Amino acid sequence: MSVALIDYGAGNLRSAAKALEAAGAANVRVTADPAEVRAATRIVLPGVGAFGACAAALRAIPGMEEALEETVRGKGRPFLGICVGMQLMASEGHEFGVHKGLGWIPGIVRRMEPKGPDGEPLKVPQIGWNEVVPSPAGVLVEPGYAYFVHSYALEAANDVDVAGTASYGAEITAAVQRDSMLGVQFHPEKSQSYGLALLGRWLKWRP
Amino acid sequence: MSATVRVIPCLDVANGRVVKGVNFVGLRDAGDPVEAAARYDAEGADELVFLDITASHEDRAILLDILAETATHCFMPLTVGGGVRTHADVQALLRAGADKVSVNSAAVARPELVGELARTFGEQCITVAIDAKQVSPGRWEIFTHGGRRATGIDAVAFARRMADLGAGEILLTSMDRDGTRSGYDLPLLKAVSAAVPVPVVASGGVGGLDDLVAGVTQGGASAVLAASLFHFGEASIADAKHALMQAGVPVRPPEADMVRA
Repeated sequence: MSVALIDYGAGNLRSAAKALEAAGAANVRVTADPAEVRAATRIVLPGVGAFGACAAALRAIPGMEEALEETVRGKGRPFLGICVGMQLMASEGHEFGVHKGLGWIPGIVRRMEPKGPDGEPLKVPQIGWNEVVPSPAGVLVEPGYAYFVHSYALEAANDVDVAGTASYGAEITAAVQRDSMLGVQFHPEKSQSYGLALLGRWLKWRP
Repeated sequence: MSATVRVIPCLDVANGRVVKGVNFVGLRDAGDPVEAAARYDAEGADELVFLDITASHEDRAILLDILAETATHCFMPLTVGGGVRTHADVQALLRAGADKVSVNSAAVARPELVGELARTFGEQCITVAIDAKQVSPGRWEIFTHGGRRATGIDAVAFARRMADLGAGEILLTSMDRDGTRSGYDLPLLKAVSAAVPVPVVASGGVGGLDDLVAGVTQGGASAVLAASLFHFGEASIADAKHALMQAGVPVRPPEADMVRA
């Protein structure tokens, strides 16, 4: 088994790599090479920053989007998107303009405008631990607390793609899943034992 | 359920050591920051803050090592501050394993820096640390250089400006209360929390668990930070969370992630 952790200048790669190893991954390769993505048995797309900047950085690597399409969508290799890496799975992101995502999960990434019980605005970004509630479709997502840092959230067009939710003023998408793809809004690599357990399940997942 | 209030131990680091040390049972070396971080990770702390209090050139290299070593073993959010001035400073800290970087004096000297950093690294990883002192009833000013230098800048207005420029979070320390163990400066906390749309971390003055509760229920903080309270074993992370839960403040239950060290 080899795990390709995509290095496109937009992620906390060291933490993600160490967490995957702690969760049982034997061969984690931090790479910006589409050939290594094609050769990997599993693929992780991290992401920190703005949607548009991340999408542009990913597309700036010649052949990377095609390699992802071919291996994840074509060959059905297990994929994990983390935070903005998950948001990039959507059709488009509305952050500093409208930007095209990978289009794997129909839906739009929009700025959250959460309100508390008395109608007062909640703090954005959401920074902290929130309770993840698995959806019926979410075979990898367990209930528990995960660490979130985000101002934008993925509004999936189809409920069937939503693998887990959390509550922040309103219900927000915590995880999406379709075919061989899992995406999580939270940071499993920063979610202590909850996060490592999720990574462990994903590493054993045979979709 | 909604997002929970974070309980954050703060490690002040100088010359590669936790200043004043920590007094945990079972640590081989009470001043070793990596060991202390591992202990707080095992106790289920929600985040750790490292502050490089000397921020000298030599110290920065040591801090990066501490951070890298911590991030190899502790899979939890890490925030680092002290002497952060440039894009290169932020990049080095993020690469070593920091999730958020806190900017202090450099943001006072040139506020636009915060916007530039937020655009490059994302708002969510730029925290602005504000050190404030009361100058008259209902008015607080920013002080720099460890509280020695007055700037004449209104702390509440500055916090608002920082959030407008792209700070994702404000780490607010009362210089009047820091080290006094007399509780957070609640009016200051309340004024800043109400003024900014981003989370505010309360800091400075915690003497007991009630102070943590008041920081949230009266001060409106999104997270509570303390150092000595935790370092000297007076209260555990679980004690802090139980106190907050009893007061009706949502927290991640300590059992959710406590690993027996």
